Amino acid sequence: MKTMRLEKAEDGFAILTLDAEGSMNVVNDAFIADMEAATKQIVADESIKGVILTSAKKTFMAGADLKQLVNGFGTLTPQEAYAFSKRATDMHRAIEQSGKPWVAAINGLALGGGFELALACHRRILVDDAKAQVGLPEVNVGLLPGSGGTVRLGIIAGMKIALDLLLSGRSVGPQEALKLKIVDEVVPADKLIDAAKAWLATVPDPVKPWDVKGWTPPQKKGLTVPEDSAAYMMYTGGLAKVGYNQPAPAAILNSVFHGLQLPFDKALAVEGKYFAKLLTDPVARNIIRTTFISKQAAEKGARRPEGFPKFEAKKVGVLGAGMMGAGIAFVSANAGIDVVLIDRDTATAQKGKDYSAKVLGKLVEKGKLTQDKADAVLARITPTDDFALLDGCDMVVEAVFEDTAIKAETTKKAEAVLPAQAIFASNTSTLPISQLAQASRSPDQFIGLHFFSPVDRMGLVEVIMGKQTSKETLAKGLDFIAQLRKTPIVVNDSRGFYTSRVFQMLIHEGAAMLAEGVPPAVIENAAKAVGMPVGPLALLDELTLDLPLKIVDQAIAEEGDKYTPPAGTAVMRRMKDEIGRSGRKTGGAFYDYPEGGKKHLWKGLADHFPVKQDWDVEELKKRYLYAQAMETARCLEENVLETPQDADLGAIYGWGFPAWTGGTISYIDTIGIKKFVEESDRLAQLYGPRFLPSAWLRDKAAKGEDFYTPASETRVKEPMPA
Amino acid sequence: MEAYVYDHVRTPRGKGRPDGALHEITSVEMATQLLKALQSRNDLDTGLLDDVIIGMAQPVGEQGGVLARAAVLQAGYAQTVAGQQIHRFCATGLDAVSLIAAQVHSGMIQAGIGGGVESMSRTVMGYDSGAWTSDPSVAFSNYYAPQGIGADLIATLDGYTREDVDNFAVESQRKAAHAWENGYFKKAIVPIKDVLGDVVLDHDEHMRPGTTLESLAKLKPAFEGFGKAGFEAVAKAKYPEIEELNYVHHGGNSSGIVDGAGLVLVGSKEFGEKAGLKPRGRIRSYANIGSEPTIMLTAPAAVSRKALKAAGMTEKDIDLWELNEAFASVVMRFQRELNVPDDKINVNGGAIAMGHPLGATGAMILGTVLDELERRNAETGLITLCAANGLGTAAIIERV
Repeated sequence: MKTMRLEKAEDGFAILTLDAEGSMNVVNDAFIADMEAATKQIVADESIKGVILTSAKKTFMAGADLKQLVNGFGTLTPQEAYAFSKRATDMHRAIEQSGKPWVAAINGLALGGGFELALACHRRILVDDAKAQVGLPEVNVGLLPGSGGTVRLGIIAGMKIALDLLLSGRSVGPQEALKLKIVDEVVPADKLIDAAKAWLATVPDPVKPWDVKGWTPPQKKGLTVPEDSAAYMMYTGGLAKVGYNQPAPAAILNSVFHGLQLPFDKALAVEGKYFAKLLTDPVARNIIRTTFISKQAAEKGARRPEGFPKFEAKKVGVLGAGMMGAGIAFVSANAGIDVVLIDRDTATAQKGKDYSAKVLGKLVEKGKLTQDKADAVLARITPTDDFALLDGCDMVVEAVFEDTAIKAETTKKAEAVLPAQAIFASNTSTLPISQLAQASRSPDQFIGLHFFSPVDRMGLVEVIMGKQTSKETLAKGLDFIAQLRKTPIVVNDSRGFYTSRVFQMLIHEGAAMLAEGVPPAVIENAAKAVGMPVGPLALLDELTLDLPLKIVDQAIAEEGDKYTPPAGTAVMRRMKDEIGRSGRKTGGAFYDYPEGGKKHLWKGLADHFPVKQDWDVEELKKRYLYAQAMETARCLEENVLETPQDADLGAIYGWGFPAWTGGTISYIDTIGIKKFVEESDRLAQLYGPRFLPSAWLRDKAAKGEDFYTPASETRVKEPMPA
Repeated sequence: MEAYVYDHVRTPRGKGRPDGALHEITSVEMATQLLKALQSRNDLDTGLLDDVIIGMAQPVGEQGGVLARAAVLQAGYAQTVAGQQIHRFCATGLDAVSLIAAQVHSGMIQAGIGGGVESMSRTVMGYDSGAWTSDPSVAFSNYYAPQGIGADLIATLDGYTREDVDNFAVESQRKAAHAWENGYFKKAIVPIKDVLGDVVLDHDEHMRPGTTLESLAKLKPAFEGFGKAGFEAVAKAKYPEIEELNYVHHGGNSSGIVDGAGLVLVGSKEFGEKAGLKPRGRIRSYANIGSEPTIMLTAPAAVSRKALKAAGMTEKDIDLWELNEAFASVVMRFQRELNVPDDKINVNGGAIAMGHPLGATGAMILGTVLDELERRNAETGLITLCAANGLGTAAIIERV
């Protein structure tokens, strides 16, 4: 056995220790085969009176291997997926029906398949350690806790607690787990095995309640119990808050609904069928691939060029102490890096540092950070107006006003002091990096690091390669992002780079709909219905109309007649120039902000943009997704993007493109490129050339080429637990 | 074959709560007392009846097991009289009458009794539940939301303010009080007696005469809790034109929860001759329909048009309209859609004032319309109800 070892002891209590290669135990084929064999051996060996199941790792078991589960869609039929699920279900069933008591001595984190394994044991003893979280988080990857997870948790914890945990995917620490009765005992680490042995010594009955003849399922009376009926009604209504794009929550609710009514094995079978449906659904594949596999791969350096020593920033200069600079200074100091925070005068720089004090203060208040540690972070930030303090910096991040001349001057002032090997990063979100690099003494050491606002909460950094940016500079930039524990994507220089460029498609599409007579509430709700967190009109109010219009004006200035202004330009100009409403800061654009009340769509919109009745919300939903996906495809075609993973990560973490799609490019692959091109042609006819597929995309469609190829999956080598 | 209405009776409506006057009276007992009353006031040879259909919106527990047959036997009717139970949510009571009429129309039976009963104090809403609300796979894909959300959705879409719907409720109370004061319901009411034979209730107990806008303004919206728990999101998924739901309905402008029963005696011409009874009205047509289930309550206009078409009539041919006041917005939407003036609809008030004993209401309001047509010496009436899951029923009657 490669993933565990069985040791017998004289007292008859065998210890089965999970100890797979690598840093953690995960559920995969090898594990299941070993567990089947171990269980058989335990049943056959009369000298074994009981089993203590524990782990040799820091964690007990972190879940199933997502690298295996990601392949469910497209390779397995639902029936094959059911058979796959049934094998794990039977493995757990064999444990609980082995005729011998098993006690899970849970020495650390037990999530997903790990906690399902513990649930199959006859007793669960959890180590008293806050890190030893237990739970069934599968909903977060578009799946349900199969192999008995929903059924056993439902019976053990009851409908209400089970659904709370299953639908939220929330894990709980030892004390709460004990209170919820999902573990039986919590003991200090050094008493774990003793406690397990002590329980086994009581000669416990190894028959689960549901295997005793005459057992009735807790909700056998089904919907004839008014309280249960009302509860399921409310839970089903609650699903609407998550939306209608994700099949997992409804499948979980259905599993529990049936699981509590049916005889145990029938309940397991129904759960397995729902699991099989989810595993073969593209949504699970999309969520797992982008938000787990691609994300972790990016964080572990999937885009880092090889052959350069690891770079560690010890001292960083942040130029500009506005909102972005202040945020970058905070996340850098928080990562243990010394920060020189520069602005035009020390008072302004100090204001930027105050932001860190504010964020840290809140963490201390919530008990998430000690005052000492907060003080240490703050002490790393030196606010100043003196560029000389940049001496000895490993790199700088420039976050001054978005103006080429100002940036050029700042670059020169900084480089006058900076060591020769230091890299220079600009946080610009709009100005071409190659152009800014012209002001640098060494354009090969000049790179774009586009952070998102608020910097301390947004995990993505869009790395922009200028024409001359060297691979070494890229490696350093990525190493710096890894120090900050953020997720990088790498794009090539062009107007708006990637994220800003495609995000414009969303807000312009929404604005364009207004001119077509779509009611503003429908514009907003259609975007939210596809899973965008905020409607485009609300986004525009926050951004102010000046920003997207400035981008348009700049492009017109540069390209003149060759440039086609995006779809919502006319509406934005009318709002700003004719109607005089340009954003929240100036009292509201598409929305009104009554004092002390909730914001609401501005009633006057209908006077300027008369509403028509023949809108179709499904068509609007499609337009949002297609417009963004098509522009992303263009970015790949133009080599602004180099990989589908960068595209998808940027979409989800950059501007909130819905995770169920897997990102803008996964969305195309999910629909199927042929259908995507056909449908885009239809949309282009109706709404304009922004939907028109290029010759390149048509060619891909004709060949039936997906964006993701089997080769794109090889970026991760380690197993990855759910 | 024509189907005639020979008589109709109803119980007074008791508050549907443990302190309501009818709480000690079982559903089968209410039906039994009404059957006895129909027999005795018409000196009816019950052997002439073929079928009794009694429906309810909660056909479970003491209201289950084909209550109609139990009541037939309990009332001492001839044992040859068949019994049947139907369930079409709030459409039930009227639909039961239509089903008797349909059998008469087809010539397969000569006479029968249709109607409904509901003890909401004893068989609480939700006892019946069902897949449509509570089987997650069904309720989710069907975008189920509670009826109150549908009522508030209508108000939001149509722009009815809290004051509009409260005004409607005040009017319902005023009209009901006026009708009671003037004895308009007297003929139909059968006072309900307890085991000692003493009357426990002889009037509609739920009414609040003197209700004003000010008194209603104090009531909190009843369905916001459902909305915030997720059903507003359900409503928005189906009606994205809603920025947010306007919660305007509450206990004072929604139908009251009450206990009660109503029955209608329907038969052929020959039956009348054999029984020595004079027909009071003719059932011209009846119809059922399904409509969008999330908003749930907007079927009455469409089903009314359907019934009018079946009768070869138009809106102009109807003298009196009666639409069950499930919620104020339901009737307001109906009036707007069919252009029905206030003085032609629910002229003696409705369920907001007097209560809505779910499965019984349809039969009760058919009787109300017939009595009022006689009082006014008018000819035609259309009775309609919205029902759960988007259902709706309607029937058209005419005096003879």
